[in-house]
Amino acid sequence: MSGQEQQRRNTPEPEEPTPPAPAQVASEAKKDAELDSFLDEIDGVLETNAQEFVHGFVQKGGQ
Amino acid sequence: MTVRRVMGIETEYGVALPGQPAADPIMWSGRVVQGYVRSAATNASLPLTSGWDYADETPLRDARGFSMARALADVSQLTDVDDPMIANSVLSNGARLYVDHAHPEYSSPEVMSPLDAVRWDRAGELVMRQAADHWAQTGEPVRLYKNNVDGKGASYGTHDNYLVPRSVPFADLISGLLPFLIARPAICGAGRVGLGVASQGAGFQISARADYIEAEVGLETTLKRPIVNTRDEPHASPSVHRRLHLITGDATCADVGTLLKVGSTSAVLRLIESDRHPRIELVDPVAGARTLSRDPSFAATVLSTDGQRLSALDILEAYLVACREAVADEAPGWVADSDTQMLLERWQAVLDQLRVDPSQLGAQLDWVAKWNLLRGFKDRDDLSWNDPRLQLIDIQYSDVDLSRGLAAKLRAAGRLESLVSDEAVRAAMVTPPLDTRAWFRGACVARFGADVKAASWDSVVLLDRRSRPQRVGMPEPEGGTESIWADRIASSTTSADLLEHLSD
Repeated sequence: MSGQEQQRRNTPEPEEPTPPAPAQVASEAKKDAELDSFLDEIDGVLETNAQEFVHGFVQKGGQ
Repeated sequence: MTVRRVMGIETEYGVALPGQPAADPIMWSGRVVQGYVRSAATNASLPLTSGWDYADETPLRDARGFSMARALADVSQLTDVDDPMIANSVLSNGARLYVDHAHPEYSSPEVMSPLDAVRWDRAGELVMRQAADHWAQTGEPVRLYKNNVDGKGASYGTHDNYLVPRSVPFADLISGLLPFLIARPAICGAGRVGLGVASQGAGFQISARADYIEAEVGLETTLKRPIVNTRDEPHASPSVHRRLHLITGDATCADVGTLLKVGSTSAVLRLIESDRHPRIELVDPVAGARTLSRDPSFAATVLSTDGQRLSALDILEAYLVACREAVADEAPGWVADSDTQMLLERWQAVLDQLRVDPSQLGAQLDWVAKWNLLRGFKDRDDLSWNDPRLQLIDIQYSDVDLSRGLAAKLRAAGRLESLVSDEAVRAAMVTPPLDTRAWFRGACVARFGADVKAASWDSVVLLDRRSRPQRVGMPEPEGGTESIWADRIASSTTSADLLEHLSD
Protein backbone atom coordinates (compact mmCIF):
# COMPACT_ATOMS: atom_id res chain seq x y z
CA MET A 1 0.00 0.00 0.00
CA SER A 2 1.45 3.41 -0.91
CA GLY A 3 1.86 6.25 1.54
CA GLN A 4 -0.46 8.45 -0.49
CA GLU A 5 -3.33 6.04 -0.03
CA GLN A 6 -2.68 6.02 3.70
CA GLN A 7 -2.63 9.80 3.86
CA ARG A 8 -5.99 9.96 2.10
CA ARG A 9 -7.58 7.56 4.56
CA ASN A 10 -6.30 9.51 7.52
CA THR A 11 -7.48 12.85 6.16
CA PRO A 12 -10.88 12.55 4.45
CA GLU A 13 -11.18 14.89 1.50
CA PRO A 14 -14.39 16.39 0.04
CA GLU A 15 -13.88 14.79 -3.39
CA GLU A 16 -13.80 11.27 -1.88
CA PRO A 17 -15.50 9.23 -4.63
CA THR A 18 -17.54 6.87 -2.43
CA PRO A 19 -19.60 8.68 0.20
CA PRO A 20 -19.74 6.82 3.51
CA ALA A 21 -22.96 5.00 4.37
CA PRO A 22 -25.39 6.97 6.62
CA ALA A 23 -24.93 4.54 9.53
CA GLN A 24 -21.18 5.08 9.35
CA VAL A 25 -21.65 8.86 9.35
CA ALA A 26 -23.85 8.61 12.44
CA SER A 27 -21.33 6.38 14.18
CA GLU A 28 -18.46 8.74 13.31
CA ALA A 29 -20.48 11.70 14.61
CA LYS A 30 -21.14 9.86 17.86
CA LYS A 31 -17.43 9.10 18.19
CA ASP A 32 -16.56 12.75 17.59
CA ALA A 33 -19.06 13.83 20.25
CA GLU A 34 -17.56 11.31 22.69
CA LEU A 35 -14.05 12.54 21.99
CA ASP A 36 -15.14 16.17 22.45
CA SER A 37 -16.65 15.38 25.81
CA PHE A 38 -13.53 13.46 26.82
CA LEU A 39 -11.33 16.42 25.80
CA ASP A 40 -13.49 18.63 28.01
CA GLU A 41 -12.87 16.23 30.90
CA ILE A 42 -9.12 16.34 30.22
CA ASP A 43 -9.25 20.15 30.19
CA GLY A 44 -10.32 19.94 33.80
CA VAL A 45 -7.23 18.01 34.93
CA LEU A 46 -4.47 19.61 32.86
CA GLU A 47 -1.93 21.67 34.78
CA THR A 48 -3.25 25.23 34.72
CA ASN A 49 -0.14 27.02 33.47
CA ALA A 50 1.09 24.85 30.62
CA GLN A 51 4.00 27.09 29.70
CA GLU A 52 5.34 27.28 33.24
CA PHE A 53 4.90 23.57 33.84
CA VAL A 54 6.57 22.50 30.61
CA HIS A 55 9.41 24.98 31.18
CA GLY A 56 9.96 23.60 34.68
CA PHE A 57 9.90 19.93 33.68
CA VAL A 58 13.65 19.37 33.55
CA GLN A 59 15.08 15.91 34.16
CA LYS A 60 18.59 14.60 34.64
CA GLY A 61 19.71 12.14 31.99
CA GLY A 62 19.62 8.46 32.92
CA GLN A 63 20.40 5.21 31.20
CA MET B 1 7.48 -22.06 19.24
CA THR B 2 6.93 -20.20 22.37
CA VAL B 3 7.26 -16.58 23.40
CA ARG B 4 7.74 -17.83 26.95
CA ARG B 5 11.18 -17.15 28.39
CA VAL B 6 12.68 -15.36 31.37
CA MET B 7 12.19 -11.61 30.87
CA GLY B 8 11.69 -8.39 32.79
CA ILE B 9 11.27 -4.63 32.37
CA GLU B 10 13.23 -1.93 34.21
CA THR B 11 11.75 1.59 34.30
CA GLU B 12 13.41 4.80 35.44
CA TYR B 13 10.59 7.21 36.29
CA GLY B 14 10.71 10.94 35.72
CA VAL B 15 10.56 12.88 38.99
CA ALA B 16 9.38 16.48 39.44
CA LEU B 17 8.39 18.90 42.18
CA PRO B 18 6.42 21.68 40.50
CA GLY B 19 7.35 25.09 41.81
CA GLN B 20 10.58 23.82 43.40
CA PRO B 21 13.18 24.13 40.63
CA ALA B 22 16.00 23.70 43.17
CA ALA B 23 14.73 20.31 44.39
CA ASP B 24 17.49 17.70 44.14
CA PRO B 25 16.27 14.85 41.91
CA ILE B 26 18.69 12.33 43.43
CA MET B 27 17.51 13.07 46.95
CA TRP B 28 13.89 12.95 45.82
CA SER B 29 14.44 9.67 44.01
CA GLY B 30 15.74 8.29 47.29
CA ARG B 31 12.71 9.66 49.09
CA VAL B 32 10.43 7.92 46.62
CA VAL B 33 12.04 4.60 47.51
CA GLN B 34 11.81 5.44 51.22
CA GLY B 35 8.21 6.57 50.79
CA TYR B 36 7.20 3.19 49.43
CA VAL B 37 9.15 1.22 52.04
CA ARG B 38 7.67 3.31 54.87
CA SER B 39 4.11 3.07 53.61
CA ALA B 40 4.18 -0.57 52.49
CA ALA B 41 2.76 -3.34 54.65
CA THR B 42 5.07 -5.25 57.00
CA ASN B 43 7.41 -7.47 55.01
CA ALA B 44 6.23 -6.09 51.65
CA SER B 45 9.75 -4.76 51.16
CA LEU B 46 13.20 -5.17 52.65
CA PRO B 47 14.19 -2.49 55.15
CA LEU B 48 16.58 0.09 53.70
CA THR B 49 19.24 -1.20 56.07
CA SER B 50 19.38 -4.43 54.09
CA GLY B 51 21.68 -4.29 51.13
CA TRP B 52 21.92 -5.13 47.49
CA ASP B 53 24.34 -8.01 46.99
CA TYR B 54 26.75 -6.74 44.34
CA ALA B 55 28.94 -9.83 44.30
CA ASP B 56 27.97 -10.83 40.75
CA GLU B 57 27.45 -7.45 39.09
CA THR B 58 29.72 -6.78 36.13
CA PRO B 59 28.40 -3.72 34.26
CA LEU B 60 31.70 -3.16 32.47
CA ARG B 61 31.90 -6.58 30.86
CA ASP B 62 31.15 -6.49 27.14
CA ALA B 63 29.33 -9.29 25.34
CA ARG B 64 31.80 -9.06 22.49
CA GLY B 65 34.39 -10.63 24.79
CA PHE B 66 36.41 -7.89 26.48
CA SER B 67 36.11 -5.80 29.63
CA MET B 68 36.35 -2.03 29.74
CA ALA B 69 39.08 -0.86 32.10
CA ARG B 70 37.50 0.81 35.11
CA ALA B 71 39.67 3.90 34.77
CA LEU B 72 38.23 4.51 31.29
CA ALA B 73 34.61 4.22 32.28
CA ASP B 74 32.35 7.23 32.64
CA VAL B 75 31.37 7.52 36.30
CA SER B 76 27.68 6.98 35.41
CA GLN B 77 28.55 3.47 34.19
CA LEU B 78 29.77 2.41 37.62
CA THR B 79 26.57 0.96 39.01
CA ASP B 80 28.05 -1.73 41.21
CA VAL B 81 29.47 0.50 43.97
CA ASP B 82 27.30 0.31 47.08
CA ASP B 83 26.41 3.86 48.13
CA PRO B 84 24.78 3.97 51.58
CA MET B 85 23.29 7.37 50.76
CA ILE B 86 21.30 5.87 47.90
CA ALA B 87 18.11 4.07 48.75
CA ASN B 88 17.56 0.50 47.65
CA SER B 89 14.98 -2.13 48.49
CA VAL B 90 13.84 -5.53 47.32
CA LEU B 91 10.08 -6.03 47.33
CA SER B 92 8.03 -9.05 48.27
CA ASN B 93 6.94 -9.29 44.62
CA GLY B 94 10.56 -9.97 43.70
CA ALA B 95 11.18 -6.53 42.18
CA ARG B 96 14.01 -4.14 42.97
CA LEU B 97 13.14 -0.54 43.89
CA TYR B 98 16.11 1.81 43.97
CA VAL B 99 17.73 4.97 42.69
CA ASP B 100 19.42 4.78 39.31
CA HIS B 101 21.39 7.95 38.59
CA ALA B 102 18.75 10.64 39.28
CA HIS B 103 15.59 8.59 38.89
CA PRO B 104 13.60 6.17 41.02
CA GLU B 105 13.67 2.84 39.24
CA TYR B 106 11.38 -0.16 39.46
CA SER B 107 13.00 -3.29 38.06
CA SER B 108 10.29 -5.88 37.67
CA PRO B 109 10.73 -9.44 38.90
CA GLU B 110 11.69 -12.03 36.31
CA VAL B 111 8.58 -13.38 34.59
CA MET B 112 8.03 -16.11 32.01
CA SER B 113 5.27 -14.67 29.82
CA PRO B 114 4.51 -11.36 28.07
CA LEU B 115 1.21 -11.15 29.96
CA ASP B 116 3.01 -11.47 33.29
CA ALA B 117 5.46 -8.81 32.11
CA VAL B 118 2.45 -6.50 31.65
CA ARG B 119 1.11 -7.40 35.09
CA TRP B 120 4.32 -6.82 37.07
CA ASP B 121 5.19 -3.71 35.03
CA ARG B 122 1.85 -2.16 35.96
CA ALA B 123 2.45 -3.20 39.57
CA GLY B 124 5.47 -0.88 39.37
CA GLU B 125 3.15 2.03 38.49
CA LEU B 126 1.18 1.31 41.67
CA VAL B 127 4.38 1.17 43.73
CA MET B 128 5.36 4.61 42.39
CA ARG B 129 1.82 5.94 42.94
CA GLN B 130 1.86 4.75 46.55
CA ALA B 131 5.26 6.39 47.13
CA ALA B 132 4.00 9.69 45.68
CA ASP B 133 0.81 9.48 47.77
CA HIS B 134 2.93 8.98 50.89
CA TRP B 135 4.80 12.25 50.28
CA ALA B 136 1.67 14.12 49.18
CA GLN B 137 0.15 13.35 52.57
CA THR B 138 3.14 14.98 54.26
CA GLY B 139 2.77 18.11 52.15
CA GLU B 140 5.49 17.24 49.61
CA PRO B 141 3.70 16.65 46.31
CA VAL B 142 6.36 14.79 44.33
CA ARG B 143 5.20 13.84 40.84
CA LEU B 144 6.31 10.72 39.02
CA TYR B 145 6.13 10.08 35.30
CA LYS B 146 6.38 6.80 33.43
CA ASN B 147 8.12 8.41 30.48
CA ASN B 148 11.59 8.68 28.97
CA VAL B 149 12.28 12.28 27.96
CA ASP B 150 11.95 15.81 29.29
CA GLY B 151 11.87 17.35 25.80
CA LYS B 152 14.96 19.43 26.59
CA GLY B 153 17.72 16.95 25.95
CA ALA B 154 17.54 14.50 28.84
CA SER B 155 16.48 10.91 28.39
CA TYR B 156 16.16 8.08 30.91
CA GLY B 157 15.54 4.49 30.20
CA THR B 158 13.04 1.71 30.10
CA HIS B 159 15.01 -1.45 29.47
CA ASP B 160 13.58 -4.80 28.44
CA ASN B 161 15.61 -7.88 29.31
CA TYR B 162 15.53 -11.42 27.95
CA LEU B 163 17.38 -14.57 28.89
CA VAL B 164 19.11 -16.01 25.82
CA PRO B 165 21.27 -19.14 25.57
CA ARG B 166 24.96 -18.28 25.67
CA SER B 167 25.42 -20.59 22.68
CA VAL B 168 23.70 -18.12 20.32
CA PRO B 169 26.44 -16.07 18.62
CA PHE B 170 26.18 -12.42 19.62
CA ALA B 171 26.74 -11.40 16.00
CA ASP B 172 23.49 -13.21 15.09
CA LEU B 173 21.64 -11.32 17.80
CA ILE B 174 22.95 -8.03 16.42
CA SER B 175 22.08 -8.72 12.78
CA GLY B 176 18.71 -10.25 13.63
CA LEU B 177 17.67 -7.49 16.03
CA LEU B 178 18.81 -4.28 14.32
CA PRO B 179 16.01 -4.02 11.69
CA PHE B 180 13.39 -5.31 14.10
CA LEU B 181 14.24 -2.85 16.87
CA ILE B 182 14.07 0.24 14.67
CA ALA B 183 10.66 -0.85 13.35
CA ARG B 184 9.30 -2.03 16.72
CA PRO B 185 8.02 1.37 18.01
CA ALA B 186 5.16 1.13 15.48
CA ILE B 187 3.58 -1.52 17.74
CA CYS B 188 4.73 -0.23 21.15
CA GLY B 189 5.96 3.38 20.95
CA ALA B 190 4.94 5.91 23.61
CA GLY B 191 4.67 8.83 21.19
CA ARG B 192 6.42 12.15 21.69
CA VAL B 193 5.83 15.83 20.95
CA GLY B 194 9.05 17.33 19.60
CA LEU B 195 11.67 16.38 17.05
CA GLY B 196 15.35 16.21 17.95
CA VAL B 197 16.98 15.56 21.33
CA ALA B 198 16.04 19.02 22.63
CA SER B 199 12.82 19.28 20.62
CA GLN B 200 14.48 21.71 18.20
CA GLY B 201 11.83 20.84 15.63
CA ALA B 202 8.06 20.97 16.10
CA GLY B 203 6.02 17.86 15.43
CA PHE B 204 4.99 14.43 16.66
CA GLN B 205 6.86 11.15 16.49
CA ILE B 206 6.06 7.55 17.34
CA SER B 207 9.07 6.69 19.50
CA ALA B 208 10.19 8.65 22.56
CA ARG B 209 13.71 7.22 22.40
CA ALA B 210 14.57 7.25 18.69
CA ASP B 211 16.33 10.62 18.78
CA TYR B 212 18.57 9.47 21.63
CA ILE B 213 19.95 6.42 19.83
CA GLU B 214 23.36 7.19 18.40
CA ALA B 215 25.06 3.86 17.63
CA GLU B 216 24.21 0.43 16.24
CA VAL B 217 26.04 -1.58 18.89
CA GLY B 218 27.80 -0.63 22.10
CA LEU B 219 28.31 -0.98 25.84
CA GLU B 220 27.16 2.46 26.93
CA THR B 221 23.66 3.24 28.19
CA THR B 222 23.91 6.89 29.29
CA LEU B 223 25.77 8.31 26.29
CA LYS B 224 26.27 7.15 22.68
CA ARG B 225 23.23 4.92 23.33
CA PRO B 226 23.20 1.90 20.99
CA ILE B 227 20.34 -0.02 19.35
CA VAL B 228 21.85 -3.28 20.61
CA ASN B 229 23.45 -2.94 24.04
CA THR B 230 26.36 -5.27 24.74
CA ARG B 231 26.36 -5.14 28.53
CA ASP B 232 27.24 -8.71 29.49
CA GLU B 233 25.91 -9.03 33.00
CA PRO B 234 23.85 -12.23 32.94
CA HIS B 235 22.85 -12.30 36.64
CA ALA B 236 22.86 -16.06 36.05
CA SER B 237 25.27 -18.88 35.16
CA PRO B 238 27.49 -17.07 32.67
CA SER B 239 28.50 -20.24 30.84
CA VAL B 240 24.87 -21.10 30.06
CA HIS B 241 22.97 -17.81 29.91
CA ARG B 242 23.14 -14.39 28.46
CA ARG B 243 20.86 -11.55 29.55
CA LEU B 244 20.05 -9.45 26.53
CA HIS B 245 19.61 -5.88 27.78
CA LEU B 246 17.73 -3.68 25.29
CA ILE B 247 17.66 0.06 25.89
CA THR B 248 15.76 1.49 22.91
CA GLY B 249 12.25 0.84 24.22
CA ASP B 250 9.74 3.38 25.50
CA ALA B 251 7.95 3.23 28.85
CA THR B 252 4.42 2.09 28.01
CA CYS B 253 1.17 2.51 29.90
CA ALA B 254 -1.01 0.62 27.40
CA ASP B 255 -1.21 -3.11 28.19
CA VAL B 256 -1.32 -4.16 24.55
CA GLY B 257 1.72 -2.04 23.72
CA THR B 258 3.70 -3.58 26.58
CA LEU B 259 2.57 -7.09 25.59
CA LEU B 260 3.60 -6.52 21.98
CA LYS B 261 6.95 -5.00 22.97
CA VAL B 262 8.22 -7.93 25.01
CA GLY B 263 6.22 -10.63 23.23
CA SER B 264 7.35 -9.75 19.72
CA THR B 265 10.94 -9.36 20.91
CA SER B 266 10.90 -12.75 22.61
CA ALA B 267 9.49 -14.29 19.41
CA VAL B 268 12.17 -12.61 17.30
CA LEU B 269 14.84 -13.94 19.66
CA ARG B 270 13.39 -17.42 19.13
CA LEU B 271 13.68 -16.86 15.38
CA ILE B 272 17.33 -15.89 15.77
CA GLU B 273 18.00 -18.85 18.07
CA SER B 274 16.47 -21.15 15.42
CA ASP B 275 18.29 -19.37 12.58
CA ARG B 276 14.93 -18.52 10.98
CA HIS B 277 15.01 -14.72 11.18
CA PRO B 278 14.48 -12.63 8.03
CA ARG B 279 17.76 -11.61 6.43
CA ILE B 280 17.35 -7.83 6.32
CA GLU B 281 20.44 -5.66 6.42
CA LEU B 282 19.86 -1.90 6.54
CA VAL B 283 22.21 0.70 5.15
CA ASP B 284 21.85 3.03 8.16
CA PRO B 285 19.78 1.69 11.07
CA VAL B 286 20.48 4.65 13.39
CA ALA B 287 19.21 7.23 10.90
CA GLY B 288 16.47 4.76 9.98
CA ALA B 289 15.17 4.70 13.56
CA ARG B 290 14.56 8.46 13.31
CA THR B 291 13.07 8.30 9.84
CA LEU B 292 10.56 5.63 10.81
CA SER B 293 9.69 7.28 14.13
CA ARG B 294 8.66 10.51 12.41
CA ASP B 295 6.00 9.14 10.09
CA PRO B 296 2.76 7.96 11.74
CA SER B 297 1.36 7.25 8.26
CA PHE B 298 4.07 4.58 7.72
CA ALA B 299 4.87 5.82 4.23
CA ALA B 300 8.49 6.42 5.32
CA THR B 301 10.97 3.76 4.28
CA VAL B 302 14.53 2.73 5.03
CA LEU B 303 16.97 1.33 2.51
CA SER B 304 18.33 -2.20 2.76
CA THR B 305 21.76 -3.12 1.45
CA ASP B 306 20.13 -5.07 -1.38
CA GLY B 307 18.30 -1.96 -2.54
CA GLN B 308 14.82 -2.52 -1.10
CA ARG B 309 12.83 0.32 0.45
CA LEU B 310 11.08 -0.99 3.55
CA SER B 311 8.51 0.67 5.79
CA ALA B 312 8.30 -0.13 9.51
CA LEU B 313 5.26 -2.27 8.76
CA ASP B 314 7.09 -4.15 5.99
CA ILE B 315 9.90 -5.01 8.40
CA LEU B 316 7.55 -6.09 11.21
CA GLU B 317 5.47 -8.14 8.77
CA ALA B 318 8.58 -9.99 7.59
CA TYR B 319 9.38 -11.02 11.18
CA LEU B 320 5.77 -11.96 11.91
CA VAL B 321 5.55 -14.09 8.75
CA ALA B 322 8.74 -15.90 9.80
CA CYS B 323 7.16 -16.64 13.20
CA ARG B 324 3.97 -17.95 11.58
CA GLU B 325 5.97 -20.16 9.24
CA ALA B 326 7.99 -21.58 12.13
CA VAL B 327 4.77 -22.43 13.97
CA ALA B 328 3.20 -23.93 10.82
CA ASP B 329 6.32 -26.04 10.22
CA GLU B 330 6.25 -27.21 13.83
CA ALA B 331 9.97 -26.50 13.91
CA PRO B 332 11.74 -27.79 17.04
CA GLY B 333 10.80 -25.56 19.97
CA TRP B 334 8.02 -23.93 17.92
CA VAL B 335 4.84 -25.53 19.23
CA ALA B 336 2.50 -22.65 19.93
CA ASP B 337 1.13 -22.38 23.47
CA SER B 338 -1.62 -19.97 24.49
CA ASP B 339 0.85 -17.16 25.30
CA THR B 340 2.31 -17.49 21.83
CA GLN B 341 -1.03 -17.65 20.06
CA MET B 342 -2.24 -14.59 21.92
CA LEU B 343 0.89 -12.68 20.95
CA LEU B 344 0.81 -13.67 17.29
CA GLU B 345 -2.89 -12.84 16.96
CA ARG B 346 -2.47 -9.45 18.63
CA TRP B 347 0.62 -8.66 16.58
CA GLN B 348 -1.15 -9.49 13.31
CA ALA B 349 -4.31 -7.56 14.23
CA VAL B 350 -2.34 -4.45 15.17
CA LEU B 351 -0.19 -4.60 12.02
CA ASP B 352 -3.29 -4.98 9.84
CA GLN B 353 -4.99 -2.04 11.52
CA LEU B 354 -1.86 0.13 11.27
CA ARG B 355 -1.96 -0.37 7.49
CA VAL B 356 -5.62 0.66 7.27
CA ASP B 357 -6.12 3.36 9.92
CA PRO B 358 -3.74 3.71 12.90
CA SER B 359 -6.09 6.13 14.68
CA GLN B 360 -8.37 3.17 15.53
CA LEU B 361 -5.69 1.73 17.86
CA GLY B 362 -6.00 4.35 20.60
CA ALA B 363 -7.05 1.74 23.16
CA GLN B 364 -4.10 -0.50 22.33
CA LEU B 365 -1.03 1.67 21.70
CA ASP B 366 0.23 4.64 23.71
CA TRP B 367 1.50 6.54 20.70
CA VAL B 368 -1.92 6.38 19.06
CA ALA B 369 -3.78 7.23 22.27
CA LYS B 370 -1.52 10.25 22.72
CA TRP B 371 -1.70 11.20 19.03
CA ASN B 372 -5.52 11.08 19.06
CA LEU B 373 -5.64 13.29 22.16
CA LEU B 374 -3.10 15.73 20.75
CA ARG B 375 -4.86 16.00 17.40
CA GLY B 376 -8.18 16.45 19.20
CA PHE B 377 -6.84 19.43 21.15
CA LYS B 378 -4.87 20.73 18.20
CA ASP B 379 -7.92 20.78 15.93
CA ARG B 380 -10.34 22.03 18.56
CA ASP B 381 -8.15 24.93 19.75
CA ASP B 382 -6.16 25.48 16.55
CA LEU B 383 -2.81 24.85 18.24
CA SER B 384 0.58 24.44 16.57
CA TRP B 385 2.86 21.48 17.38
CA ASN B 386 5.12 23.65 19.53
CA ASP B 387 2.28 24.93 21.69
CA PRO B 388 3.06 24.32 25.40
CA ARG B 389 -0.38 22.76 25.89
CA LEU B 390 0.50 19.93 23.53
CA GLN B 391 3.87 19.47 25.24
CA LEU B 392 2.01 19.40 28.55
CA ILE B 393 -0.34 16.68 27.31
CA ASP B 394 2.69 14.64 26.22
CA ILE B 395 4.21 14.84 29.72
CA GLN B 396 1.02 14.57 31.74
CA TYR B 397 -0.05 11.49 29.80
CA SER B 398 2.32 9.39 31.94
CA ASP B 399 1.78 11.01 35.38
CA VAL B 400 1.18 8.02 37.66
CA ASP B 401 -1.39 9.94 39.70
CA LEU B 402 -4.97 8.79 39.09
CA SER B 403 -6.43 12.29 39.19
CA ARG B 404 -3.88 13.81 36.79
CA GLY B 405 -2.43 11.10 34.56
CA LEU B 406 -4.08 11.08 31.14
CA ALA B 407 -3.33 7.39 30.51
CA ALA B 408 -5.00 6.65 33.86
CA LYS B 409 -7.96 8.80 32.79
CA LEU B 410 -8.19 6.92 29.50
CA ARG B 411 -8.14 3.60 31.35
CA ALA B 412 -10.81 4.76 33.80
CA ALA B 413 -13.00 5.87 30.87
CA GLY B 414 -12.62 2.49 29.18
CA ARG B 415 -10.53 4.04 26.41
CA LEU B 416 -7.36 2.04 27.20
CA GLU B 417 -7.74 -1.72 26.98
CA SER B 418 -6.69 -3.70 30.05
CA LEU B 419 -5.30 -7.21 29.57
CA VAL B 420 -4.85 -7.63 33.34
CA SER B 421 -7.48 -6.68 35.91
CA ASP B 422 -6.81 -3.94 38.46
CA GLU B 423 -7.14 -6.56 41.21
CA ALA B 424 -4.45 -8.77 39.65
CA VAL B 425 -2.14 -5.77 39.31
CA ARG B 426 -2.69 -4.78 42.95
CA ALA B 427 -1.92 -8.33 44.05
CA ALA B 428 1.28 -8.23 41.98
CA MET B 429 2.59 -5.31 44.06
CA VAL B 430 3.22 -7.74 46.91
CA THR B 431 3.27 -11.24 45.41
CA PRO B 432 5.94 -12.60 43.07
CA PRO B 433 5.47 -14.56 39.84
CA LEU B 434 5.26 -18.28 40.64
CA ASP B 435 7.49 -19.61 37.89
CA THR B 436 10.90 -17.96 38.23
CA ARG B 437 13.48 -17.46 41.00
CA ALA B 438 11.70 -14.16 41.75
CA TRP B 439 9.31 -16.33 43.73
CA PHE B 440 12.08 -17.44 46.11
CA ARG B 441 13.42 -13.88 46.46
CA GLY B 442 9.97 -12.43 47.12
CA ALA B 443 8.96 -15.24 49.47
CA CYS B 444 12.11 -14.71 51.56
CA VAL B 445 11.32 -10.98 51.84
CA ALA B 446 7.73 -11.70 52.84
CA ARG B 447 8.59 -14.46 55.28
CA PHE B 448 11.88 -13.42 56.92
CA GLY B 449 11.92 -9.61 56.60
CA ALA B 450 14.98 -8.08 58.21
CA ASP B 451 16.69 -11.48 58.47
CA VAL B 452 17.30 -11.08 54.75
CA LYS B 453 20.49 -9.04 54.97
CA ALA B 454 20.89 -8.53 51.24
CA ALA B 455 19.54 -9.79 47.97
CA SER B 456 20.24 -9.48 44.27
CA TRP B 457 18.93 -11.00 41.06
CA ASP B 458 20.89 -14.20 41.68
CA SER B 459 21.33 -14.35 45.44
CA VAL B 460 19.66 -13.96 48.79
CA VAL B 461 21.77 -13.44 51.94
CA LEU B 462 20.07 -14.95 55.01
CA LEU B 463 21.02 -15.04 58.67
CA ASP B 464 21.87 -18.46 60.02
CA ARG B 465 21.39 -19.84 63.56
CA ARG B 466 24.37 -17.81 64.83
CA SER B 467 23.25 -14.62 63.02
CA ARG B 468 25.99 -15.04 60.44
CA PRO B 469 25.05 -14.00 56.86
CA GLN B 470 24.92 -16.94 54.44
CA ARG B 471 24.69 -16.36 50.71
CA VAL B 472 22.21 -18.50 48.78
CA GLY B 473 23.06 -18.37 45.08
CA MET B 474 20.31 -18.57 42.44
CA PRO B 475 22.22 -18.93 39.18
CA GLU B 476 19.24 -20.50 37.37
CA PRO B 477 16.49 -17.93 36.64
CA GLU B 478 13.96 -20.70 36.07
CA GLY B 479 14.85 -22.29 39.42
CA GLY B 480 13.59 -20.97 42.75
CA THR B 481 9.97 -21.41 41.72
CA GLU B 482 6.96 -21.79 43.94
CA SER B 483 6.57 -25.47 43.06
CA ILE B 484 10.13 -26.20 44.22
CA TRP B 485 10.27 -24.08 47.37
CA ALA B 486 6.77 -23.47 48.74
CA ASP B 487 6.81 -26.38 51.21
CA ARG B 488 10.24 -25.58 52.60
CA ILE B 489 9.46 -21.87 52.98
CA ALA B 490 6.13 -22.69 54.65
CA SER B 491 7.78 -25.03 57.15
CA SER B 492 10.54 -22.52 58.04
CA THR B 493 9.76 -20.05 60.79
CA THR B 494 13.13 -18.32 60.53
CA SER B 495 15.75 -17.82 57.85
CA ALA B 496 17.98 -20.19 59.83
CA ASP B 497 15.32 -22.92 59.47
CA LEU B 498 15.27 -22.39 55.74
CA LEU B 499 19.06 -22.52 55.46
CA GLU B 500 18.96 -25.88 57.19
CA HIS B 501 16.20 -27.10 54.82
CA LEU B 502 17.96 -25.92 51.65
CA SER B 503 19.52 -29.27 50.92
CA ASP B 504 16.50 -31.37 51.95
